[in-house]
Amino acid sequence: MQHFYFDHNATTPVAPEVLETVVTCLGQVYGNASSIHHFGQAAKQRLEAARRQVAALIHAGPQEVVFTSGGTEADNLAIFGVVRAAGGRPLHLITSAIEHPAVLAPSAHLEREGVEVTRLPVSAGGVVNPEDVSRALRPETVLVSIMHANNELGTVQPIAEIARVTREAGVLLHVDGVQALGKIPVDVEALGADLYSMSGHKLYAPKGVGALFVRKGTRLAPTAFGGHHERDRRPGTENVPGIAALGAAAELAGRSLPAESERLAALRDRLENAVLSRVSGAGVNGARWNRTPNTSNIYFDGVDGEAMVIALDLRGFAVSTGSACSSGAITPSHVLTAMGLSADRARSSLRFSLGRSNTAEQVDALTDAVVASVIHLRRISVHA
Amino acid sequence: MPEPPIAVAMSGGVDSSTVAALLVRQGHSIVGMTMQLWNQRRLPELAPETSGHGRCCSLDDVYDARRVAEQVGIPYYVVNFERQFEEQVVQPFVDEYLAGRTPVPCTLCNNYIKFDRFLEMADSVGAHHIATGHYARVRYDEASGRYQLLRARDNSKDQTYFLFGLTQKQLSRTLFPLGEMIKPEVRELARSMDLDVASKGDSQEICFVPNGDYAAFMQAYLKDKGVEPQATRGAIVSTDGRTLGEHEGVHHFTVGQRRGLGIATGEALYVISTDAQTQRVVVGGNDDLRRDRFTAKQVNWISIDGVTEPRPAQVKIRNKHAAAQATLHATGDPGTVEVVFEEAQRAVTPGQGAVFYDGDLVLGGGWIA
Repeated sequence: MQHFYFDHNATTPVAPEVLETVVTCLGQVYGNASSIHHFGQAAKQRLEAARRQVAALIHAGPQEVVFTSGGTEADNLAIFGVVRAAGGRPLHLITSAIEHPAVLAPSAHLEREGVEVTRLPVSAGGVVNPEDVSRALRPETVLVSIMHANNELGTVQPIAEIARVTREAGVLLHVDGVQALGKIPVDVEALGADLYSMSGHKLYAPKGVGALFVRKGTRLAPTAFGGHHERDRRPGTENVPGIAALGAAAELAGRSLPAESERLAALRDRLENAVLSRVSGAGVNGARWNRTPNTSNIYFDGVDGEAMVIALDLRGFAVSTGSACSSGAITPSHVLTAMGLSADRARSSLRFSLGRSNTAEQVDALTDAVVASVIHLRRISVHA
Repeated sequence: MPEPPIAVAMSGGVDSSTVAALLVRQGHSIVGMTMQLWNQRRLPELAPETSGHGRCCSLDDVYDARRVAEQVGIPYYVVNFERQFEEQVVQPFVDEYLAGRTPVPCTLCNNYIKFDRFLEMADSVGAHHIATGHYARVRYDEASGRYQLLRARDNSKDQTYFLFGLTQKQLSRTLFPLGEMIKPEVRELARSMDLDVASKGDSQEICFVPNGDYAAFMQAYLKDKGVEPQATRGAIVSTDGRTLGEHEGVHHFTVGQRRGLGIATGEALYVISTDAQTQRVVVGGNDDLRRDRFTAKQVNWISIDGVTEPRPAQVKIRNKHAAAQATLHATGDPGTVEVVFEEAQRAVTPGQGAVFYDGDLVLGGGWIA
């Protein structure tokens, strides 16, 4: 059976051009980027070229890019780094109810250590209100952390408006950009973000590499110790093949973004329109405007989302109930319930996330499979 | 049209792994699924990280099941029934204990999870039949038009005691491929198919209660739920009404229990009965434990559709009990049966299941009132 992939928010396949970079680096660029000799210099050159490529994608300076092992580490470094640098006084941080666990869990950890944490609610459309940020600010607030695009819904948060609030208050703004990078234009200058997290494997680069944008002059304490790499911010011999791949993926994303986002949005709308016209008791979760172009979150009343994922997988279509990190969890999606969805409706929701390999033919086949699965699952749940 | 798949409930143990491999070898289309029922990390005070073996839903068991699915080349999924398991098995278990009875959670799990929710999940993947690694046999009886449940050929492994709640509909869709095999044959078969789990140990006890310590489990569970267990005290009294001592709640006692009474007397004392209302625990000698009759409630009939005339049967009143000869008497209510033993039996315990056999045939079963 042929399998089709509609779960690009969980992870993406490595792009062929990126794969070539990885293979070349693994085979040939094996020096330690800190070494003085020819081999070390070759590695250092690849490292810095990648830094320029990533910086260019987000309109930052190369010296503002810190490479990490991925998005989770970037989020952890941003949050712990800012809080640790602020020192021992009473501290407060603000985040939202729909963040990824890579932000929520470090916040909860700091809360147990005595840091005050405010988790802002979101609208029924899944969007944070900048005025809520303003109201939540306190004299001891040191950081606001809000995601750029939500992983389950694709909703884009009003980062620039939030940044105006944080700037005025002199508070740092961290933006988890993992699900936005490569899908919508990112300009950290225009956004006003002080820290911006990125992940390679959501951008057609391999797992195990990511980056954190740290605006020049931002006080950030390291959270790991052992060397002077990455301007003392992230020690450890650099993963040059992974980082070079992230650079190549960033360049590719920058080139393809305008056309690709238009193409994906058209495919996404094709999917939503077909599914909604053919299936009753279904609807899109979250605002339909101002979303990443590839993401659609749809509820199917009377259908168990987990059963639907399995049924679709057996028909050859890979989708998910929400974030891959929390699938199989007992509680319904914290994102959907934060928007006010009932637990039942949250459990009956599916996330479709499209990507480069998807075609209109695949979308049409997926639509047929969704319709058939919903009919089947609703029929059998009648006597349940 | 290809044959619809069979959904195999895979626990990661040798039995269900062998079932999956065997059905694949027989040419069936199989979907393997592991039911995630309980989060072992939820009550950390009960479960040190190191003692994960032999309890349900440990990460190691899921790993083993996934590995077997990979070895035999079948689609495999972990399905999460934690919410339903807590509502329909754990919570009733706790309630029953607090009410002074001795519940059988495995039967509830079979009735409401393994042969109910799992069948729904099988439906959702288009499977008509499910298969499990239980030691039991099902056959269709033309004469009566009923699906009959029979003891496993391996009597030492027979699990029909826990299956008395299965409905005709559930039985009609269930395969027990190990019912005609004895355990050493199953292990040998697993070995011959190169399954890594061939020599894995058998699971024991109630899967979500570590080390069989019910009181510790309930204390931790109630604390986790934010329920302050009521400080209960009560009297330990003799069969003739003398107060012999005090205790900290009837849920610490089960009928037939000898240890942990905290009373020093010359003769051996056993718990005869408990009463949650008055918090009284009655103790007495071994002979006081014997009962020659009891009432079975919520009776489910399997191989027959009920009794009208008194019917001889062998009745089993707990898993390790050797079924004793008795007569089943109908009452006005088809779901209630009066069971009269030929010889009085020791420790007839309220809350336990009573299963009625005619030789290998499971007639039905109910709950001891």
